Amino acid sequence: MASVILENVRKVYAGGVEAVKGISLDVPNGSFTVLLGPSGCGKSTLLRMIAGLETITGGTCKIGDRVVNEVEPAERDIAMVFQNYALYPHMSVYDNMAYGLRNRRTPKPEIERRVREAARMLAIEDFLDRRPRALSGGQRQRVAMGRAIVREPQAFLFDEPLSNLDAKLRVQMRIEIRRLHNRLKATSIFVTHDQVEAMTLADVVVVMNHGRIEQVGKPTDVYNRPATRFVATFIGSPAMNLVPGRVIGRGKVEIPGSGTLDFDPDQFEVADGTSVEVGIRPEDMTVAASGESNGFAMKPEFVEELGPNRLVHGLAGSAPLVLSVPSSMHDLGNGTIALHVPEHRVHVFDTTTGRTLRRG
Amino acid sequence: MEKRAVFRSPWLPLALVMPQLVITFVFFVWPASQALYQSVLLEDPFGLKSQFVWFDNFTALFRNRDYLESFSRTAVFSLLVAGFAMGLALLMAVMADRVIKGATGYKTMLIWPYAVAPAVAGALWVFMFNPRIGIVAYMLHSLGYDWNHQIRGRDAFALITIAAVWKQISYNFVFFLAGLQAIPRSLIEAAAIDGAGPTKRFWTIVFPLLSPTTFFLLVVNIVYAFFDTFGIVHATTSGGPAKATEILVYKVFNDGFIGLDLGSSAAQSVILMIIVIALTVVQFRYIERRVAY
Repeated sequence: MASVILENVRKVYAGGVEAVKGISLDVPNGSFTVLLGPSGCGKSTLLRMIAGLETITGGTCKIGDRVVNEVEPAERDIAMVFQNYALYPHMSVYDNMAYGLRNRRTPKPEIERRVREAARMLAIEDFLDRRPRALSGGQRQRVAMGRAIVREPQAFLFDEPLSNLDAKLRVQMRIEIRRLHNRLKATSIFVTHDQVEAMTLADVVVVMNHGRIEQVGKPTDVYNRPATRFVATFIGSPAMNLVPGRVIGRGKVEIPGSGTLDFDPDQFEVADGTSVEVGIRPEDMTVAASGESNGFAMKPEFVEELGPNRLVHGLAGSAPLVLSVPSSMHDLGNGTIALHVPEHRVHVFDTTTGRTLRRG
Repeated sequence: MEKRAVFRSPWLPLALVMPQLVITFVFFVWPASQALYQSVLLEDPFGLKSQFVWFDNFTALFRNRDYLESFSRTAVFSLLVAGFAMGLALLMAVMADRVIKGATGYKTMLIWPYAVAPAVAGALWVFMFNPRIGIVAYMLHSLGYDWNHQIRGRDAFALITIAAVWKQISYNFVFFLAGLQAIPRSLIEAAAIDGAGPTKRFWTIVFPLLSPTTFFLLVVNIVYAFFDTFGIVHATTSGGPAKATEILVYKVFNDGFIGLDLGSSAAQSVILMIIVIALTVVQFRYIERRVAY
């Protein structure tokens, strides 16, 4: 196992499109790092550069102590799990898993031992003689992982491996991947656009957008302390509300047409009179008991029923706002709803740069 | 759901399939049955009288050294043509698949020869290899090889093989290229990460995955070498010198239309027909079953 260190890595395609715009990232030995972002943000390109499937236009990529920019994929000692599994259709499951080892001239008994062990770990022992065609999606996924495991590589790379599975299987495989990681403690880099996968699997989440890193942090960090407006709205479902406001004193922000909100002045550094964007998660707001509100309120427009909770869509001043309330709560009254937001749950962003105004 | 059209009267559907049926009947069923009938007759060259001789024409053929030689010559010819036409086409397809700039241009040019009629292809090669004025013959002479396909059977055989291969490469190229492009990129990438170099990737991943295409082309190429090369042979060597390039299909023509031995010629075409039927059965029964992954 080894760490993967990227220094100012860039990818410019022949047409001049810059897919990855200078990324520096340290994936420590044994960590499970998830690259998360919308499609086209460069996360897959970055992974493919680490794998050696794309050339690196600029910067350096190190696996362990070795700079691998000019090293062939085969020599990088990494294993990759592809979105479509990329199993060799004309080979049995056993041969699929043994292929990489045979290419490296591993002794036969050793191949046998490793394949059997991986197959047992993944519960695919009964399918070793079958062709991939005769397997279900979940089984193919396991074989693809088995093929990576038997190689005992320096690092595992996962390119959206769960997105071809149905919802139920995806949850199951997610748990298995995490369990496997806890057991193998292998350096893993996992690419996904699914925030739930990212939050549940990762030791470290790397949120990417437009070829740049927006934030690197533990799952709880990116959720609780989003560094940018993009991270704030990308993580969490439904997305965080963003409403324009103006700071009118220490820890106070005015939402035009709605009221004022309190934020924690020890956490955010912002001068009086500044125009800011205020972020509030739908689940962080509650309907205010009398006297609890500072006048922050919304005009409800319609309600979405989700089962355990419901989403109230409406307007705070002129900005759209979504509120999540428990389904047990029936009476929302008519007219405006007064809202209570704990001050430490209020996020403040710079209107122009979109960056958080959080201290430190 | 399968969509079925329902016709109330039988006339419209009949009228719709009639053109195809008429063409099949006039150009295949009728001549084929005539050949079958002729093959058991012995007819004098002037067509004045004919005699029913059972399978004498066939037994005579298999006792005839000329025919047996033509048979083995055709076998060698078709294997050479299929082998070279497919091998070279695969090589070109693999290279064209890698080209990024101007790929369409290369592909179009590689497909062109298929648009050339066999007789024209033959004429082309005759001029290039003409012992006196041909440019290739000139180059071979200057390299010290005395090329003369007009008097040396081996050269003539090489010439028709080259011409036949050249013309078939395009066809094979199109199929191989399509086959290559149907292989998911991620498979090749997975193999690259699995430590297989380009050559190893080709033989362990690409080539096995192309096998449906290869099997299909093998049958098509053998059929081509057996039957469609008539034009090439006729335009380049007319079966000569000394029958060195007389392949079966050319012998049918030579014995029937030049030698006017209609019975024997018909028997030969019946044998060719049986061969083609056998190849087609192999194609459908055996190969089509094992292709799908």
